[in-house]
Amino acid sequence: MGNTVEIRWHGRGGQGAKTACLLLADAAFSSGKQVQGFPEYGPERMGAPITAYNRICDGGAGNSVHSNIYNPDFVIVVDETLLRSVDVTSGLSEEGAIIVNSRKSPAEVREQLHGYKGKVCTVDAGTISRETLGRNIPNTPMLAAAVKVSKVIDKDRFLEDMEGSLRHKFASKPQVVEGNMRALRMSMTQLKVG
Amino acid sequence: MKRDRMSGNEAVAFAMKQIDPDVMGAFPITPSTEIPQYYSKYIADGEVHTEFVAVESEHSAMSTCIGASAAGARAITATSSAGLAYMWELLYVAASSRLPITMAVVNRALTGPININNDHSDSMGCRDAGWIQIYAENNQEVYDNYIQAMPIAEHCRLPIMICQDGFITSHAVENIELLEDDQVRAFVGDYEPDHYLLKKGEPLAVGPYGISAYYMEIKKAQAEAMKDSRRRIYEVADAFAELSGRRYGMIEEYMMDDAEFAIVLIGSSAGTAKAAARQLRDAGVKAGVVKIRVFRPFPWEELQAALSGVKAVAVMDKSEGFSGWGGPLFAETRAAMYDVSEAHRPLMMSFVYGLGGRDVTISTFDEIYGDLARTAEAGKVENIYRHVGVRGDEEGIQG
Amino acid sequence: MRESMMNINEQSKWYELTPGAEIYEPATSREVKTGEWRVLTPVFHNDQCKQCLLCVPFCPDVSIPVEDGVRLETDLDHCKGCGICAKVCSFGAITMEEV
Repeated sequence: MGNTVEIRWHGRGGQGAKTACLLLADAAFSSGKQVQGFPEYGPERMGAPITAYNRICDGGAGNSVHSNIYNPDFVIVVDETLLRSVDVTSGLSEEGAIIVNSRKSPAEVREQLHGYKGKVCTVDAGTISRETLGRNIPNTPMLAAAVKVSKVIDKDRFLEDMEGSLRHKFASKPQVVEGNMRALRMSMTQLKVG
Repeated sequence: MKRDRMSGNEAVAFAMKQIDPDVMGAFPITPSTEIPQYYSKYIADGEVHTEFVAVESEHSAMSTCIGASAAGARAITATSSAGLAYMWELLYVAASSRLPITMAVVNRALTGPININNDHSDSMGCRDAGWIQIYAENNQEVYDNYIQAMPIAEHCRLPIMICQDGFITSHAVENIELLEDDQVRAFVGDYEPDHYLLKKGEPLAVGPYGISAYYMEIKKAQAEAMKDSRRRIYEVADAFAELSGRRYGMIEEYMMDDAEFAIVLIGSSAGTAKAAARQLRDAGVKAGVVKIRVFRPFPWEELQAALSGVKAVAVMDKSEGFSGWGGPLFAETRAAMYDVSEAHRPLMMSFVYGLGGRDVTISTFDEIYGDLARTAEAGKVENIYRHVGVRGDEEGIQG
Repeated sequence: MRESMMNINEQSKWYELTPGAEIYEPATSREVKTGEWRVLTPVFHNDQCKQCLLCVPFCPDVSIPVEDGVRLETDLDHCKGCGICAKVCSFGAITMEEV
């Protein structure tokens, strides 16, 4: 309980925020953690704001709480246009951080965050995914950024696990594995912290 | 034993796969859709031998199960909300014909207004249909309950619902310990009914008209079977504990040994209530939680034992019974406590919560424990029937 | 428990019934003597009968037995006396009478 890291994802229906949230749970599970990964469901529509959550803690009984997360340690924003309409830093710990998919600098993004004093990180996940995967699939780079910033999993262990599961999933398409691994690594290198 | 992580829906589908029942009749409805979806894939991949009957409604899904079960097959289905409501008349047919069908229920609010999120109005609505009902707090429990379902149902000749909270567990990925396929198969065993329609050389008629001269005797037999099922539920739980190391009962008592204030509830929110109780214990408050695992048959003896001597109890219903006096769990729990001597009988209050997916947090439970402490201090219940997590609470009510 | 339906009656206790009210024998309707309900009785006049057998499929209670293509006397244990057989007989071979 005490060591639980709580993460909130903001995205739009169809962008893969829920998938990224579940992938993070998967990756944390692979490194021996107790995990929860769950989306908040409403009448689902492409483009509508959606929220997903992770609770991750070290082994043992895990966390028995089954509610949404109102005071997250980390917030990940998969689509920066949400900053206009959603109070993404609501309840966010000032000891924690927010990671936004944006070309802007952390300082520029901070201006849109209603005085949030914690760490602000940005990564241009759109460009990274277009370069590495040929399409705008920002969730893969955002997942890597989440791992790097939150440190809930060891970075190298995470990359190893991801490579293993991608190779398993895309056995007949090695180029997909390659592209995704590049996306993950680029995101970790290009992440800006402010 | 294999450590894994999966959603509640996948956990149920996985348990079904390990059991490999004969027939599944199912129609998709949120949030249970993934169960037949996963299962269809297992069938397509040749991992199971189940005859999947894709029907045009839940009414037909339950009819399929009834026909298949009467024919001698192990029959399963899965549904939620309006889908369960649409099965209503057939639920009674299954129960009175004593067909041990296993149904995975992924609890969702009943429409009005339309809503896809969790509460217990669907399965509470059919609580009197004659089905055993077992509820889960998390993915591990729904998996474990599903594996215990058939050994209970088939022995008692009663149909069984294995319930979990829609989205909250059905769509949440959590850690889980899975049994090996051969362990599950050995535990669940083969289904060998004494009588079934396809039995060669033994003619059988199922579902005859029950005139007044017989109807009540048939209902009495059902009622006795439901009472007896309690013993079987414990037997199966014991065998399951031996197999898995995880022990289950009719209820789960959490920090109840010396509890002065207790919350009684069903399902996923029990985990949140436990977290609240742990925190309050650290602050010196004697808080406890009683989680109902089996609602049918109703665990009245276990509740008497657990709640006797507690100062104040909040019974929390995730469904509105519209009795004007609290939900069904409250009514039955309070009735169970009537026989306890006055000195040991707790003050009891009804809290309706979590309707249509209204979130319940640790702080919600903190408030309720606070209410219980104030009630115990005052020595009487001020407001017996309340709704929590609702805007305006009771303040709009004018005298 | 395999209980014969013949041992179950309106005096049976709840625990003497079969589970789910299952019936373990075929054609148990033979045991229900619906002939007791009859007011008028079909009287068969063999000499008028042309053995056209039209009465046989019309009988709603399957109470006209046929052997080797020839109809026999009406099964009065089950005939409810509806009179359809008499109505459809073109030869006056069946008349409804108070017996």
